[in-house]
Amino acid sequence: MKIAVCIKQVPTREWQPRLNDTGTWIREQDVSYEMNEPDAYALEEGLRLREKHGGEVVVCSAGPARVQQVIREALARGADRAVHVEDDRLAAADAYTAAVALAPAMAEEKFDLVLTGLQSDDQGHAQFGPVLAATLGVPHSTIIMAVEIDGARMRVKRELEGGWFQHVTMPLPALLTIQSGINQLRYATLKGIMAAKKKEIRKAAPPADLPAGLKVSALYVPQKTKQTVMIGGSAAEAAAELVRRLREEARAL
Amino acid sequence: MILVIAEQRDGRLNRASWEAIAAAQELAGAEPVTVAVAGRGVNAVAADLAAAAVARVLTVDDAALAAYTADGFVQAFRQVIDAVSPAYVVFPHTYQTRDFAPALAARLGRPLVTDVIGIKADGGPAFSRPMFQGKLVADVVLQGPAPHLVSVQIGAFRADAVKKGAAPAAVEAAAVTIDAAAIRQQAEAPFQEARQAVDLSQAERIVAVGRGIKQQDNVALAERLAAAFGAELAASRPICDNGWLPMERQIGSSGQTVAPKLYVALGISGAIQHLVGMKGARTIVAVNKDPEAPIFEVADYGIAGDLFEVAPAIIAELQK
Ligand SMILES: Cc1cc2nc3c(=O)[nH]c(=O)nc-3n(C[C@H](O)[C@H](O)[C@H](O)COP(=O)(O)OP(=O)(O)OC[C@H]3O[C@@H](n4cnc5c(N)ncnc54)[C@H](O)[C@@H]3O)c2cc1C
Ligand SMILES: Nc1ncnc2c1ncn2[C@@H]1O[C@H](COP(=O)(O)O)[C@@H](O)[C@H]1O
Repeated sequence: MKIAVCIKQVPTREWQPRLNDTGTWIREQDVSYEMNEPDAYALEEGLRLREKHGGEVVVCSAGPARVQQVIREALARGADRAVHVEDDRLAAADAYTAAVALAPAMAEEKFDLVLTGLQSDDQGHAQFGPVLAATLGVPHSTIIMAVEIDGARMRVKRELEGGWFQHVTMPLPALLTIQSGINQLRYATLKGIMAAKKKEIRKAAPPADLPAGLKVSALYVPQKTKQTVMIGGSAAEAAAELVRRLREEARAL
Repeated sequence: MILVIAEQRDGRLNRASWEAIAAAQELAGAEPVTVAVAGRGVNAVAADLAAAAVARVLTVDDAALAAYTADGFVQAFRQVIDAVSPAYVVFPHTYQTRDFAPALAARLGRPLVTDVIGIKADGGPAFSRPMFQGKLVADVVLQGPAPHLVSVQIGAFRADAVKKGAAPAAVEAAAVTIDAAAIRQQAEAPFQEARQAVDLSQAERIVAVGRGIKQQDNVALAERLAAAFGAELAASRPICDNGWLPMERQIGSSGQTVAPKLYVALGISGAIQHLVGMKGARTIVAVNKDPEAPIFEVADYGIAGDLFEVAPAIIAELQK
């Protein structure tokens, strides 16, 4: 089975936002990057399906040269090879643009199954997977918590709100967006890191005209609307003041 | 004209549909709003929706749509959109919308902006949405020809702000034909996992622990804090994903919704999917080392500090 896993490089969780001079995007110089968390679960699911059904796992990513960092990491965790659609215009691309950019190079590969994360931790559009599925002409399902493949069909467990789930069956080829927590992650071993150095990364250019996409006219820190009482001082002072206020003011104890 | 896509399951309206109507009414100004709803046996839901001050309610009632599928709903709403040519299509940002709206947008070749929390009339209009895990907000302008698709974050627009009509709006069946053979997904009935052992919705006090706790071993500290407060222990999703606490202790959109007297968030950033599960708590306390963390936006009391210092100090204080 030929499995694709789409991986996005996003700012680390510890990154403190800083804006560019025009206040329309982040200051990219300050950013350190990591693999989008749900994509790590998608990769793990791809590796498990390969262990069960054979075949290969191909990492696919759209972005500038820097995204090789997460491609290498995915290869070190066990993916077989990669497709990198490289273009500087993709540095801040929205999900729709990224999907349109990746689609032609992925269509060539004729994957049986495409896995993506359900949402990116940076832009958070929750769109890339279904857009890519529509562009590739394959069925899809989203927010998936279990995958069972039986020949040319698969049955998946889709998460709904509030602790509900639903099983959905569809034919392959297909695309799934994977929810965090579907499996337990494995991390790269030293052997994996060494092996990754020899794995192939095929570079491809995006289609010449990319969609106009969403235009961000302003980016800013959200305005506080609630009057939060911030309690300062040493840990002991803050604790004493908090407990006093919870007893006397909020009557919550 | 502005089209709202309402959501129902088994003849029960999803309340977030009202929030989408409120957003559409705000966006519309003097323009008419039309509501569309798809499924099987949706007439009662349509009659409910007709109470809003809208031009009409369109129904797509088809056996092939009895169970929701992405392919079925893309087919249905693509035809509705082609027939009514709206300037905007507004959805509630539910899991169902997440499943089909981006594919619908791709088929239409039109932009979709998701998770919108506000509309600014000047400048285009511009749609405000969180980015970077709620650390920032972006004003987004949609480009190119109509229709433009917009999904609104749950809770961002008020259902009780919906303007009601003097008389019920007309309910009409939309001229849509569904090709059942072209629907590739087959959906089974929704289910819940085995009955949950802990019902956090009844807890008076909850201490919830997030990724700031760093390691499984440290969860014991949160447990001691919960004991000191006489509280139940709960968690954000990553803690349950890691298997550090069972899923049934997860608070948020995919977990439990709670409204205790006291909610203490320990090392939780305050992502919207967590907030929807706990912002109804009467008193919210947040301990987070990042003073800019979005959790402080909903907290009544905040301590910007290291939980490994603050939590033991609170335990000591409570035990005095
Ligand atoms: C469809 C969908 C459904 C979801 N459902 C849920 C859900 O039901 N429930 C849920 O919780 N999430 C849910 N999520 C995930 C959600 O988006 C967030 O990723 C998650 O809530 C983050 O958890 P967290 O706050 O524990 O971790 P993080 O966002 O990583 O935050 C950790 C926080 O700890 C702080 N911290 C670190 N070290 C310390 C220290 N020493 N002292 C004090 N503070 C410290 C950091 O400043 C940070 O703010 C869902 C996501 C999606 C897309
Ligand atoms: N530039 C990209 N390259 C590869 N995959 C991507 C890219 N952007 C988004 N994705 C995938 O799409 C998912 C959802 O992203 P989004 O639609 O931005 O929330 C991510 O979890 C990734 O799996």
